[in-house]
Amino acid sequence: MKRSVGLWVAALAVYAFLYVPLAVVVLFSFNDSDLNAEWVGFTTRWYVKLMTDDAMLEAAANSLFIAVASSTVATLLGAMAGIAMHRYRVRGLSFLVLTPVAMPEILLGVSLLLFFRQVLDLTLGMTSILVAHITFSIGFVAIIVRARMAGLDESLFEAARDLGATPWQTFRRVLLPLILPGLLAGYLMAFTLSIDDFVITFFTAGVGVTTLPLQIYSMIKVAVTPEVNAVSTLLMALTLTMIGLASRLAPETLRGKE
Amino acid sequence: MALLEFRNVSKRFGKLLAVDNVSFSVDSGEFFTFLGPSGCGKTTLLRMLAGFDAPDAGDILLDDRSLAGVPPEKRPLHTVFQNYALFPHLTVEGNISFPLEMAGRPKAEIRTRVAETLALVHLEEKGHAFPHELSGGQKQRVALARGLVNRPRLLLLDEPLGALDAKLREEMQIELIALQRNVGVTFIFVTHAQQEALALSHRIAVMNRGRIMQLDEPDKIYGFPLNRFVADFIGKINLLDVDVLAVDADVLTLSAQGLGTLTTPRVDGANVGDHGCLALRPEQLRLAADHEAGDLGIHFPGKVHDLLYEGDVTIYRVALENGATLEAMIANSAPGRPRFFEVGDSVVLGWRPDAGRYLHD
Repeated sequence: MKRSVGLWVAALAVYAFLYVPLAVVVLFSFNDSDLNAEWVGFTTRWYVKLMTDDAMLEAAANSLFIAVASSTVATLLGAMAGIAMHRYRVRGLSFLVLTPVAMPEILLGVSLLLFFRQVLDLTLGMTSILVAHITFSIGFVAIIVRARMAGLDESLFEAARDLGATPWQTFRRVLLPLILPGLLAGYLMAFTLSIDDFVITFFTAGVGVTTLPLQIYSMIKVAVTPEVNAVSTLLMALTLTMIGLASRLAPETLRGKE
Repeated sequence: MALLEFRNVSKRFGKLLAVDNVSFSVDSGEFFTFLGPSGCGKTTLLRMLAGFDAPDAGDILLDDRSLAGVPPEKRPLHTVFQNYALFPHLTVEGNISFPLEMAGRPKAEIRTRVAETLALVHLEEKGHAFPHELSGGQKQRVALARGLVNRPRLLLLDEPLGALDAKLREEMQIELIALQRNVGVTFIFVTHAQQEALALSHRIAVMNRGRIMQLDEPDKIYGFPLNRFVADFIGKINLLDVDVLAVDADVLTLSAQGLGTLTTPRVDGANVGDHGCLALRPEQLRLAADHEAGDLGIHFPGKVHDLLYEGDVTIYRVALENGATLEAMIANSAPGRPRFFEVGDSVVLGWRPDAGRYLHD
């Protein structure tokens, strides 16, 4: 029993280390003071201010658009990659698809920047951000879809063929419904990654387009205002909701088998 | 005309010759079984028939037309998979209507056919259940219903009873026989369980290492095995090494080391000087207490070495004086006693001269 007390203390310390900073941000977003120094009183005026901040709203709209568009495309491509990785065992395929997941973001950001500017001679902006986000999201979707495929009984697809389904019908009527939770989880994952990405977006955004994380960064260069706390809290809430949904849909990848 | 014909079919996986020049034919309405140990090639035969693997050599004909190059969905046959392979996202009705929908049947017809088939397998109440809500036996029935609903020319069954417990398996065996008789569909059944094969089949092909060792009716396979493999694989059997001393019109005279000469019915192809074995089923052997050997026929003295009590019968392992140990299966019909003999009893073990069967090596 003694040891389990020690274990509890250690666990609590770790969780405190992880979550107290987040709690502070949430708390101070409701603080009725211009400074992040001491608690004065409860207010929601920072949220109201947020809703009237045009730059912030535009950045949020950009972020949402990029997240929706890039996770849609990444889900399509990642699903194909995930199915192929499970089914065909092509040498090096997994390596090619999954490397961007393991690659340091800074490296991916710099290399994408070089690629867009030097190789494609593309003006940085919405397109380059979208392509960059799709690139780093595909691997995550592929991992989730592959895990889902691995949990499926291969004989289901043979059974479908045996019972008269063409390969396309087998895909539509059996494979697709069965991996749908994985696709949704992958989509949500990609969405979450996209909406709060800073590093890669920073390198590929250029001057014209700002996303929410970039906007927050430019604001805290001056000072961490309670408005930043408020937008961070909203972003956190959105992200947690998405992750929560995703882990319900694909427990085998995100939570371990139940 | 045979419904199905395999002509010199071979299939190789790397170095392994999984199916070795196999030929046979199956008639319409038959319950035909492939029986053999795991890895004998029976599942490969089934997969080639279903269209999941292609033969390296030979041809498979259905209604006299080659199936070569015909994809699985175009073959007029369905498979009941070992693990049932029910679609987990569809209800029982959804599973059963799947082949009908794939065949493009009209909705009204699908509805009546699904209802009929559910009734056929006694699952009227389970139409809206999902596979994970069903017991093993119910899943089995859904898999059968799904395989039969579109009236295939052939139904392939790959160890379909393997996952059921013993009592349920026996029930399903009886149901399978009745079902096959009702629907009149030809069944191709694959199993490694010999009792199942004997109980269900019209004909059995016993397989080993990619070859058919014997193809015959169940009682012929059991009672008149053609070779050591079949004799040994099907049921329990005693094998005595023997040499052929004389071949007469209908009797072979054999010499078994330490037991002297014995006679057995003649089999084709046995010649003087051949070496082989005498196969004796345990239930053909009789035991008598000392000096009561009267009508035992060929008999030798021995001692009960050990015994296996199985309730209805007891298997006695009897050590003969020459060192051979034979198993005799005796019904436990002794009045007032659990069984006739105990370990250590001196007994006489014997059999009728026509009970044994000589198998050429």
